[in-house]
Amino acid sequence: MATRTDEYKNSGDKMSDPIWIVRDYERCTGCQRCELACSIHHDGWMWPEASRVRVFMPFPGVEVPHLCAQCDDYPCVESCPVDALSVDEKTTAVIVDREACTSCGLCIKACPGDVPTLHPGDNKANICDLCDGDPECVKVCHEAKYDALRLVHESMSKNRKLFARDPIDVAKDIAVKLFGEKGEEVI
Amino acid sequence: MPGGYAGKFLDVDLSREKVKDTVIDDETLEAYFGGRGLGAKIIWDRIGKKWSKIDGLDPDNIFMALTGPMTGIYPGGRICCTGKSPVSNGTVGSTASTEFAPELKMAGYDGVLVTGKASSPVYILVTDDGGEIRDASHIWGKVGEETIKILNKEVVDSLTEKKPNIGRWREPGTIYIGPAGENMVRNAAVMSKICHAAGYGGYGAVMGSKNLKAIAAKGRGSLPEVFAPEAVKLLWKKVHERSISRDAFRRMGTGYAGWSVGANTSSEPVRNWQEEWHDERSMGGPMFETRYWVKKYWADFNCTVSCMKISCIKSGKWKGDITDMPDYELEAYCGTNFGIFDAGDTIHMSAVIDNLGHSGINGPNTMAFAAELYQRGILKEEDFGFKIEWGDAEAFTKLAWLIAKREKIGDILAEGTYRAAKKIGEMRGVDCMPYAVHVKGIEIGAHGTRSDEDYTHDISYAASVQGGDHTSTASDGFREMTGAVFSDSGVYCNFCSAPTELIFDYAKAITGYHMSIDSWRRWNGPRIITLQRALVLLGGPDVTWEPIKDDDNPPRFYEPLPSGPHKGRTTDRALVESKRATYYETLGWDQRGIPTKETLNRLDLGDVEPSMKKLRK
Repeated sequence: MATRTDEYKNSGDKMSDPIWIVRDYERCTGCQRCELACSIHHDGWMWPEASRVRVFMPFPGVEVPHLCAQCDDYPCVESCPVDALSVDEKTTAVIVDREACTSCGLCIKACPGDVPTLHPGDNKANICDLCDGDPECVKVCHEAKYDALRLVHESMSKNRKLFARDPIDVAKDIAVKLFGEKGEEVI
Repeated sequence: MPGGYAGKFLDVDLSREKVKDTVIDDETLEAYFGGRGLGAKIIWDRIGKKWSKIDGLDPDNIFMALTGPMTGIYPGGRICCTGKSPVSNGTVGSTASTEFAPELKMAGYDGVLVTGKASSPVYILVTDDGGEIRDASHIWGKVGEETIKILNKEVVDSLTEKKPNIGRWREPGTIYIGPAGENMVRNAAVMSKICHAAGYGGYGAVMGSKNLKAIAAKGRGSLPEVFAPEAVKLLWKKVHERSISRDAFRRMGTGYAGWSVGANTSSEPVRNWQEEWHDERSMGGPMFETRYWVKKYWADFNCTVSCMKISCIKSGKWKGDITDMPDYELEAYCGTNFGIFDAGDTIHMSAVIDNLGHSGINGPNTMAFAAELYQRGILKEEDFGFKIEWGDAEAFTKLAWLIAKREKIGDILAEGTYRAAKKIGEMRGVDCMPYAVHVKGIEIGAHGTRSDEDYTHDISYAASVQGGDHTSTASDGFREMTGAVFSDSGVYCNFCSAPTELIFDYAKAITGYHMSIDSWRRWNGPRIITLQRALVLLGGPDVTWEPIKDDDNPPRFYEPLPSGPHKGRTTDRALVESKRATYYETLGWDQRGIPTKETLNRLDLGDVEPSMKKLRK
């Protein structure tokens, strides 16, 4: 069941189990299995660029899993001129109506973290849908004992939007944490 | 088309500045698979007739970066760099883990074949739109870190400019060379991700000889379709489950072996292999892990083994040095073999070697060889411009630069250990070969044979078509065909290995070939090895190996071990000779290891017969 943002905001206790994916950047090994699992689930085959989570690697060792942060105000959903985006009541994920999407790319521009892409296959807006509550990326990451992506049951918070950041900006911070002063030069 | 292949190769002629797509027929693909096997076939078909006249560094040589049908789809994606080796004068399948490999396939290419020589430095960019030759004069001369930093930004910027509306572009996968490759240091590596190298064979020098700084690939396509996708998905999970259960190896990688290979098995090079035993706990894993590892689980595409760990030195005189753990090979070659027994100094040396694009095993082997000549008074301070004492990381740093820039004695050492030994021997009137640790020009990996306690034995290197390559050693001429010969041709990582049956199920599900362990041990593997054997025997133009005489361990491997619990032991010469004879017989080669006419015909290598006939005389 998907509704529009305002409906979602007014939904109150209808929000049964809001979930969110925590990203622990330093634990990411860069194996990209999250991308493989995501694309196998959504597209039927291994297709990293079609994945809703993509690991950026601007410098070796600095790996940034990049995916929808589910901002509390959903700027992408608001920006869609044809109402192709909506918020899933149960999970708080952004749901794309691929039939309605016109590939205009306004959702990408609206996103403070530059997260959405146009799917390399059908050219439609491509955003994490939390696999209807059981994200494949989280499963394979946990299975591998990395836990760079973890699922938390956590109600909506303004903090989520702080994760909607340019992946290269995130990478610069991680680089400093890993490499000290040298980290300031590598990206 | 068989599954697992993207379906075409990018054929680049740098002299004519031409780029085109080439298709290789299904029959050839099935016979040679990909990577190392296919590379040997392509180079034989294209330049085999004039093999002995073409130097590895001539524009006519072909630099090949090849994937295989397994690459990216099987865990642990790698690229295989090959062509005529300027070191062994045969062909070596030299692999490195890198995102470049799956990116290439996702851009629609199984490999890149580069011939000719560019008039000025260039790099090649491969995308879904095809290949493009681009100016690289601004990155020529730059070390690894700088090269990655500049290329990542530049490629992302230009892709964004081309297609700005599809969302944020990610970095390409890249292979590149450092100053060592640019200056055609004969044993230089093809590098990726600052510390990953296709080291054996000198393909970094081949890239340098073509004025080719790098190849970058970015694809938006999926990995190629396979024959039985549902089976592949199941097997994919199964192999990962196995990898994930290897807790100790995942935690330590090979980074704990810097102490144990010396202390336990007496097979770690110390001061240019003058010893193979040490008990220096300062080289133990915890000294690296607790002080320097900043990322303890680091992996490449589709890998859960994560044997890689990232080290960084954050203070002191080597502040800012970044490398992998280093792995065992570089702990040995950038540590103990320099007489260095300090984790920080070893990390520093690894970072220097990687940044310069020296091959971490082969370059330092030559450096330690030079240090031993200095120890023996054959080379003097004025040859280097400085003293070179064992354990002096500053001196070895200077030496690494000297060789990379081909300055002073570095110009001769840049020819690799074997050729340098020959030249310095002539210059000084002293036989330097006893100190040159190589087989067929390929400097030997950091596993000795004298104690017989390691996985490397009598004919491991002596009979191998890839000489001193520790990743692909000779054993019985049968079982090994489904080992490195297969993984280098399917092009995936040996460390993501699984039981052979499981790997072959995986390979069959990907390709749809009627293949089996048996067919690989009897046909495909021997076909690849026999072709490689023929090419390394043809050799030339500067060096031609003599069968039997050069199918042997270096003199040092027959000296008794001077220290440690295995003191006095050495490689058994009689065993080498008998096992070598058996090895040749198993593969259908004659007593000198020249493939017989019958064998060549049986393996569909009939066109190799005329050149082998000449060798038999």
